[in-house]
Amino acid sequence: MKVLVGVKRVIDYNVKVRVKSDNTDVDLSNTKMAINPFCEIAVEEAIRLKEAGVATEVIAVSVGTSASQEQLRTAMALGADRAILVESEDGAEPLNVAKAFAKIMEQEEVGLVILGKQSIDSDNNQVGQMLAALTKRPQGTFASKVAVDGNSVSVTREIDGGLRTVKLELPAIVTTDLRLNEPRFAKLPDIMKAKRKPLETKTFADLGVEAKQHIQLDKVEAPAARQGGVKVGSVDELIQKLKDEAKVI
Amino acid sequence: MSYQAPYKDMQWLVEQAYQTQQLGNLESLQDFDLDLANAIIDEANKFASGVLAPLNMVGDEEGCKFSDGQVTTPTGWKDAYAQFRDSGWIGLALPEEFGGQGLPKYIAQPVNEMWLSSNLAFVMFAALAQGGSEILLKFASDELKARYLTQIVTGEWTVAMALTEPNAGSDLGALTTKAIPQADGTYQIKGQKIYITYGEHDMADNIVHLVLARTPDAPAGSRGISLFAVPKYRVNEDGSCGEFNDIRCTGIEHKTGLHGSPTCSISYGDNDACVGELIGNLNQGLMAMFVLMNEARLSCGMQGVGLSELALQKALQYSKERVQGAGADGQRVAIIEHPDVKRMLLNLRSESFALRSLGYQIAALIDVTEQSDDEAAVKAAEKRIALLTPIFKGFATEQANELAGDAIQVYGGMGFVEETGIAQVMRDARITTIYEGTTGVQSKDLVHRKIRMDQGQAISELLAAMRVDIAQAPENVVNKRLSAAVDQLAQVLDTTVLSPNADLAQLDAVAVPFLNAMGGICCAWQLARLALKAQESKAQDEEFFGNVEALAEFYSAYKLPLAQAALTTVTQEQNGVDAYQF
Repeated sequence: MKVLVGVKRVIDYNVKVRVKSDNTDVDLSNTKMAINPFCEIAVEEAIRLKEAGVATEVIAVSVGTSASQEQLRTAMALGADRAILVESEDGAEPLNVAKAFAKIMEQEEVGLVILGKQSIDSDNNQVGQMLAALTKRPQGTFASKVAVDGNSVSVTREIDGGLRTVKLELPAIVTTDLRLNEPRFAKLPDIMKAKRKPLETKTFADLGVEAKQHIQLDKVEAPAARQGGVKVGSVDELIQKLKDEAKVI
Repeated sequence: MSYQAPYKDMQWLVEQAYQTQQLGNLESLQDFDLDLANAIIDEANKFASGVLAPLNMVGDEEGCKFSDGQVTTPTGWKDAYAQFRDSGWIGLALPEEFGGQGLPKYIAQPVNEMWLSSNLAFVMFAALAQGGSEILLKFASDELKARYLTQIVTGEWTVAMALTEPNAGSDLGALTTKAIPQADGTYQIKGQKIYITYGEHDMADNIVHLVLARTPDAPAGSRGISLFAVPKYRVNEDGSCGEFNDIRCTGIEHKTGLHGSPTCSISYGDNDACVGELIGNLNQGLMAMFVLMNEARLSCGMQGVGLSELALQKALQYSKERVQGAGADGQRVAIIEHPDVKRMLLNLRSESFALRSLGYQIAALIDVTEQSDDEAAVKAAEKRIALLTPIFKGFATEQANELAGDAIQVYGGMGFVEETGIAQVMRDARITTIYEGTTGVQSKDLVHRKIRMDQGQAISELLAAMRVDIAQAPENVVNKRLSAAVDQLAQVLDTTVLSPNADLAQLDAVAVPFLNAMGGICCAWQLARLALKAQESKAQDEEFFGNVEALAEFYSAYKLPLAQAALTTVTQEQNGVDAYQF
């Protein structure tokens, strides 16, 4: 069974995010970039499936600029067998990405797709769900446990107030939550080997996908600076403040 | 926050070193380009910040424990070692033939820096593996290589260097450990050694001791010293560990710093059953040791860089959080807003940045010596490295001590309290000016071997290179100040250091100030060059490159004059050293 994993290049979570002075976007120039942490969990899960003999091949796919090759190489250093980059300057909005994945899923006859539940930059949480709809395949989102059994996969999902386990017929789409696994460190020899693993570059047109712009980014603003706290003298005072100042009750 | 690699600095300075030494032209390095360097730096940072840094304070607080000949490393050490080994980091720059990755030094250097910053006490074994392997590669017989190298390069076994004895420290010629030839060609080793880093520990199955000892009819002094491979457990025919080789750890030191690294006293052959094998030729042990020594000195200089960076990161973070005093508008401010605190932070920032640049340039020069076919280029690089080694080792470690002090000063009273962790940096740094040759030893090496014996050739070439860079740069304060300092240095060389009439005892008394002056001028030179490059690239990232220019200005205003003052000391005829009677 082939497993497809999504890999998105995003701002490194250690970096302090800055907004461009004209408020048009986040300032990404000269910023350290990394694999989206949820995607890293997806890669780890796919590799574990391969190590367990369940997956035969792990294919890492990214939609983004040519710089995303760096993150695909990282995925291959972690253990993905090969990579596909769908090169696009600005077409990485969720529906376009989902359409590209749907095509690759079909072309590669993939048994399981594992994606991060969302990326830490745009926080959309959409691609997995859209991909399931486009391909009419079952989805198990926010996975904290994945167990493939023959022609189906059991996915334990983190939902409000507990866990829900669903059994999906393969091919299926799984999106990862934070507690699914703890990604490994890449080994030095594997980083070297990753350089020689195949990385194929395609465009939306190659896949027969028309990348349309559905979303327009109007404005980005930094969150308001946090105000200092105050000590309240009594519960009554607290309630009064919540009513009058915070206006939350 | 624990340590995070200064990724941007590293990436840019690696690129600068790569370009300055034209490594892109070397055919054998085609597979090891800057993209690979960046990928490796990125992964190493994950390991350094995620695994090693959180253990740094644990190691300091717990230390190693000694009981009944056994050494127990701090909590987490053993697991971290297994992870470090399994990730393949030990063989980073060691040959692929023996299970290493054969990376060039210019990529290994930033990786090493991360290890040194994140947990110096822990990673001491890595430098021992690197140095020990290089000795075996250069001097050992094929049989010994086959027995030990793969095990060392893959980290299955570790290396210990047994040089020092109670009465033979800087003066190794005085050592007395015996090696008595046996009928089967091996030697029986007998003697006591001290200060052996990781001489005994619980992280690997076997420890290969490289021991300096004297055969019965060896000449006295340093000409009668040979080097032996002495494993803790003898190695069976099939490569497995066999019988115990009569090596006992008799204690570990209670040290000022580096508590997580066991510094062992070892007794070899108490029961006359310690077998060693000769490495290389008889009586040429010191030659092999010098290979290690040069390597170790450069690595020690990087320790200075790594610890300075760690001190900077801690002090910077604290200075942004600690609110104390008011700014011009009367509002209470974080202490980083106070010019004097900013000055101390810039001391840390400018010096660590300049020294990092120097360290990366030296690493790239080593790649030239190891990979280039151009004989003239190799010779020139060798000479430059030989000259820069004592400067880098001596100056970077002296600075690390001073800068750790600055970092504590930024913390104020909390810096004197152990729980903030900044005092650990100072305590860990303290040994770096001592081991692998004290600053005094470095300064004598610089003045006598590297400058006077060389008749000033290498240093003239270095000054010429500085002047070429100054001439190519636009006229600005940075270059003007550097130019004046270089002129002053040239004059001091003429009148004092290289003078045929120099009083040698007098020279020794001012050798450390001279080394410090050289260090300061080399760093100012690095920053001046980098500022020029920064100016060219400024459009790409105004903040970063603008800051590089500011660092060069800061250094030329605050630090370079200290180098010039030290040069003045070198030329003072009456300095009281001779006159005073203790």
